[in-house]
Amino acid sequence: MSHPLRGAAAITGLGITEMGRIYGKSSTDFAVDAVRYALDDSGLKKSEVDGLLINAGITGSQGGGVSLSLQNALGLRNLKLLNHMNAAGSTAAQMVQYATLAINAGMASNVVCVFADAPLREGTSTGQAYGSAGRTSIRPTGVNGLFSTAGYFGANTGYALAARRHMSLYGTTQDQLGAVAVAERAWAVNNTRAQMREPITLDDYHNSRWIIEPLHLLDCCLVSNGAVAVVVSGAEQAKDMQQPPVYIWGMGQGHPGDPRSAGSSPETETGAKIAAETVFSMAGVGPSEIDICELYDCYTYTVIVTLEDYGFCKKGEGGAFVEDGKLGPGGELPTNTGGGQLSSFYMWGMTPMSEAVIQARGQGGIRQVPKNDLVLCTGNGGVLNYHASLVLSPHRN
Amino acid sequence: MTEEIVDKPLPSPSGFAEPFWEAGAEGRLLLIRCKSCNESRVPSSEVCPNCLSVDFEWYEASGLGVIYTYGVMHRLYHPAFEQDLPYNLVVVELQEGPHLPGNIIGIENDALRVGMPVQVVWQKYSDISIPRFQATT
Repeated sequence: MSHPLRGAAAITGLGITEMGRIYGKSSTDFAVDAVRYALDDSGLKKSEVDGLLINAGITGSQGGGVSLSLQNALGLRNLKLLNHMNAAGSTAAQMVQYATLAINAGMASNVVCVFADAPLREGTSTGQAYGSAGRTSIRPTGVNGLFSTAGYFGANTGYALAARRHMSLYGTTQDQLGAVAVAERAWAVNNTRAQMREPITLDDYHNSRWIIEPLHLLDCCLVSNGAVAVVVSGAEQAKDMQQPPVYIWGMGQGHPGDPRSAGSSPETETGAKIAAETVFSMAGVGPSEIDICELYDCYTYTVIVTLEDYGFCKKGEGGAFVEDGKLGPGGELPTNTGGGQLSSFYMWGMTPMSEAVIQARGQGGIRQVPKNDLVLCTGNGGVLNYHASLVLSPHRN
Repeated sequence: MTEEIVDKPLPSPSGFAEPFWEAGAEGRLLLIRCKSCNESRVPSSEVCPNCLSVDFEWYEASGLGVIYTYGVMHRLYHPAFEQDLPYNLVVVELQEGPHLPGNIIGIENDALRVGMPVQVVWQKYSDISIPRFQATT
């Protein structure tokens, strides 16, 4: 017997704003635009929306991020569900999960889930938008302060240390990290929304400057101003709506915790492993049945470790798995088919989510993957600390 | 013309971890042992993350460990690190189990390896001594 909530809700609307170095708009402005586009796309009237879930991105923690007052900016009245959520890069998938649960509990009918961010400012670098850690006059108590003293700043450092651990344990190579960057860029070439569309070679990858070894610039995601919104509706309603419904078959989360002590390996065995069990069990499928992967790719390494933890290959074999180009256009396992966060745009978990919806609907244009029955969509946050995922399908069952 | 000297971000020598910093100034590494579950930890919190007990004791650790992972930073995030670029940073797995972040001194960055044996050395700043590491032979 299949899971009672498998296929019980669907993504019925998608809105994507302009992306990248777009100035003069606040993250709330972007959020409003994305919701307008998502409602147009779904065919729903604003009055039919009764739930709103919001994720603020990095500007949420820097002040000035989109807040609960988005409800008023959108003129949404008498909502039955409202929250401002943050589990970092896993939030987008989580919002869709909670929307699905709320709809099936009868708490709401059409829930808008929106991510918006605007960390880029004119005349400042991408790195400055995200890497301000350590510049505070408050001296932390205990050894946690030693990270800054050692020069440990931002997510780049955490992922470099995680990737290095994987490379040392399993022989993962710089070429294998580069293969992820090259494959994703090949997809981005055919995505008019992508910020980076020039094809790259493995040589270009190696020649890109070091950020923190073993991560080159081309191992790291972009930073973007913009917003993405999706609408979640009940399956009964979804089948008669404007767009082909994208049914939610599976939902899972995994948050392993990091004891920073011997015997744990959060750098190389992530929350994806925990989420995989739940998401595949609910969907009633396994990795061999997945046609398309839309994986959170803040760094090339994240893709490799996520593929391992979902069982597409064995632990430690992710590098060899991606090296032959199977993630790219025409490859055996099309992955991050819009260019991902590395080459298209960085909207946290809404980057993989938006492309998963496009592919499941069959609206990918020249980058459309022919077989799109099952799409795995993942979100990851912190330094591999927080994970959530969905299995999506154009079929209700 | 004067050049602005920017200090590296430093932890506070006061608070519950004071014995750790005091011992460090004498070149000794102290760790916390939970009196309820016996787990060792570096002083990151007063509550044991394993069993949530607040009952703990300090003990002197070997100061020995191995490189658990490392990176070499090329990008400037903080002005105090300008002279250091490119600099290494490591996480060391201490012989007693807990992980401690730091830098390896006295070594070429290209010579760093995961699993390399290291020992703690203490470097004195204005009001606090900071644990760093060097390779043992």
